[in-house]
Amino acid sequence: MSEAGPVELDDVQGLVRFAYKHLTEASFLLLRVNDAAAARAWLAQAPITTAAKVDPLPQTALQVAFTSAGLGALEVAAELRQGFALEFVAGMASDAARARRLGDVGANDARYWQWGAGERVPHVAVLLYATAGRLTAWQEEIETQCAAGFVRIACLPTSDLQGVEPFGFVDGISQPDVDWERKRPVRDQDQLDYSNSSCLGEFLLGYPNEYGLYTPRPLIDPRRDRGALLPRAEDDPDQSDLGRNGCYLVLRQLRQDVAGFWREIDRQAAGDADLRERLAAAMVGRKKNGDALEVLGGGPGDGGAGTASSARLDSKPNSQLNAFTYQADPHGQRCPLGAHIRRANPRNADLPPGEPGVLSRLWRTLGFDAAALDEDLVASTRFHRLLRRGRKYGAVASSTLSATTPNADVGLYFICLAANITRQFEFVQSAWLMGSKFAGLTGESDPLLGHRRPGPGGSPSDAFSIPQADAPDRRLSGLPQFVTVVGGAYFFLPGIRALRYLATAR
Amino acid sequence: MTPQSQFVLLAPVAPGRERGLRELLLRMNSAPGMADPANAVLPFGQFERLHFARLAVLDDPTLGDIEAHGIPRPNVPVYLAFAGSCDGSADECLAELARRADTGLRLIFTHCDGFDGQGDLLAWMRARQCPIAANYINWVGRTVRQVKEESALRRALAAQVPRVPLASAADAQRRWQELVDFVNLEVSAGRLALTTPDPTPLAWQTAKLVHLIAIPIVGLVALPLLLVLSPLLILVLRMKEDNDPEICPRLDPAALLELQQLEDHDVTNQYTALGSVKPGLFRRWLVSGLLVLINYTCRHIFTCGFLARVQTIHFAFWAFVDDKRRMVFTSNYDGGHEAYMDDFINKVAWGLNLVFSNGIGWPRTRWLIARGARIENKFKYYQRRHQLPTQVWYKAYPDLALIDLKHNHRIREGLELARMTDGQALAWLQLL
Repeated sequence: MSEAGPVELDDVQGLVRFAYKHLTEASFLLLRVNDAAAARAWLAQAPITTAAKVDPLPQTALQVAFTSAGLGALEVAAELRQGFALEFVAGMASDAARARRLGDVGANDARYWQWGAGERVPHVAVLLYATAGRLTAWQEEIETQCAAGFVRIACLPTSDLQGVEPFGFVDGISQPDVDWERKRPVRDQDQLDYSNSSCLGEFLLGYPNEYGLYTPRPLIDPRRDRGALLPRAEDDPDQSDLGRNGCYLVLRQLRQDVAGFWREIDRQAAGDADLRERLAAAMVGRKKNGDALEVLGGGPGDGGAGTASSARLDSKPNSQLNAFTYQADPHGQRCPLGAHIRRANPRNADLPPGEPGVLSRLWRTLGFDAAALDEDLVASTRFHRLLRRGRKYGAVASSTLSATTPNADVGLYFICLAANITRQFEFVQSAWLMGSKFAGLTGESDPLLGHRRPGPGGSPSDAFSIPQADAPDRRLSGLPQFVTVVGGAYFFLPGIRALRYLATAR
Repeated sequence: MTPQSQFVLLAPVAPGRERGLRELLLRMNSAPGMADPANAVLPFGQFERLHFARLAVLDDPTLGDIEAHGIPRPNVPVYLAFAGSCDGSADECLAELARRADTGLRLIFTHCDGFDGQGDLLAWMRARQCPIAANYINWVGRTVRQVKEESALRRALAAQVPRVPLASAADAQRRWQELVDFVNLEVSAGRLALTTPDPTPLAWQTAKLVHLIAIPIVGLVALPLLLVLSPLLILVLRMKEDNDPEICPRLDPAALLELQQLEDHDVTNQYTALGSVKPGLFRRWLVSGLLVLINYTCRHIFTCGFLARVQTIHFAFWAFVDDKRRMVFTSNYDGGHEAYMDDFINKVAWGLNLVFSNGIGWPRTRWLIARGARIENKFKYYQRRHQLPTQVWYKAYPDLALIDLKHNHRIREGLELARMTDGQALAWLQLL
């Protein structure tokens, strides 16, 4: 293993490091290759924005990612493609088993998708970002450049909702703190405290991950890289590393039934305006303004109603928004166990909490601490983190929140970056969000994302329970589906050198 | 209390009959790999003491791995495995199966060597029973009937409990008492049943006690010798660990998909794996001794809800095959496969290493418990590569996970208490 050198930021696509929040306009082009030579010619010199900092900030940005089908269409050799993760090679809509795991069943079934299945699997995603007013020209410029090689199957326009997702909640608050400096020690050791910091290798291929290991990726014989474009693999210097500085990108188009969501909350709240806000906040785990229920204290029943417009996210101290765990709230009396943000990121360590000392640790490791076991149903969050880069789409009229307007086509382009799709995205999606037994709950899945279909024995999954300090859980039942998957694919977001290699190698 | 047992019988598939057998097994399912409880061949659902059962064709594609140790690929048969987890003794369960599913079992076993379709079915099955080396039961004493009754109890109570805040702390006791009365009424009306557990069989208790004492005595007797030999044994172990080949290639996508197609139809999934024990007496004795130890802890310590930190395994067992040259492992676990494997890596990698590092190709360990399964990708490839499709799998209580069973039982326990404090009553209400 060679020394832990600095990250070649100018070899990394910028999206890994930046969310490009200042580039408030964006659109995502989903393309299929129709002329491989022309497509490769464009990719060989496409003006990709990198993760290196520039001053002044860029006015536009371009990112390019490939599906496995896309690599095939670009005539990348099969043995190179086989070096990628199995789930990437298979694709998001590959089979019924994956659909069951991801909850892509019923109304989420890929056969209803607008894109991402069958002939509508994109080959390449071109992600375009620009400052206000510049996107149209930027998109025209790029589309002109790549017109010869590709046909467009979809253009996903985004809208700037000022950091608020269509249901009305401030979004995108929790993000892992990526170790770009490579300061985290490379070793395999239990972490007894939750940390928001993640090894670079959890997100970028070619670097050690939280296990202190390099995630498998395509390594190739340097003789196949005649231009010596690619870096050598840190863990295997005799091989060129096609994965280095790249990562997987998961894109899912999630349509949100905003009117339906608030209509259901209104039904459950039976006209109590205060309760309405509290129920919605309990489902999310945050108030609309982003304040975490866990931090606010009291029960979800005690917090006042917040509105997104009344508080600017930037002015909030981080402690109120993201620097917390659920350790002091094992029964979910502040933030329900099944709240969306608690399912998506349970914020726990490798061992359940207990007394300090070797004996207590051994006792907990052997499972003899009954109290610790009760809190050990979900563990080791650090192996299941996602770097989120989503954008919203559609226009949400403020009147929508009154649940009377018909449902417009609005939602979220969920985008996350990860080095291991299975252990990160698919795990969080299936075990934590869709899981009907998450943290010992039963009869419910994610209050926002659940598909609500019953189990094989007929058990419902459409409930949501809100633990209360002085009574049995408040239980909402019969929730309808609020979010529908209407498209999705797994992409590889290569490093710049890897991109040039893919565009030129035969 | 009725103790649980597990059984496995292995019968070599007759030459030329494998395809027919697979077709027959397919017909027993209502979804891929999921047994129809009322299927005509073996209607599992009629056997009230059966928790889980499986039929799997054990055709091991990793047999050639032993060549990495310089030993030719052995010539061993493809087995049909029939395994189950039941209330009461395995022998009684087999007898009941043979009695009530005679035709179907004969139909299945006509695909196996040495079965002519006539003769004594039970004797034939017993003769093919394979001893279980280590037996894990999540909760000793919990019967299928209890699981179903307590699940119905929870449903009834959850629908009945008032969910408004208590008027006072003492209100909790009043509500508890009301619910106790409600359940008593439901029971006497025949809408709920809460069967009193049967007395614990004396023979089982005696055998357990003897085992509890005998194993440590044997251990104590062997201890001096082991201590004297320990420097040498440790040296041999470390040399072997550093030199044994690792065989963890990237997976064949088609083989992986074949396994995944059988999964995630229920909250519980099955796992069947087969592998070869590393050659030589050292590994043979080591793994035999460790399984005795694991069986001991499972019988006397890990009997109520957890196997070390893992709380999601209903039943599991290890059994030796072909004169200890191979080992089969099966389990029934809650959640998806990826979560199961991550639990293993993050919670009990040391425990996996203890046993499975004696299998050919396991990711390199140190000191028998370190590394190994912690080498995430090699471990994940390894375990999937050794997993075999379970053609038919039956679970008696769909949609119920162990956490539900534990939860439901706590509710029943609270019901049966003579009195409660205010705090206990509130905590009990919150279980609903």
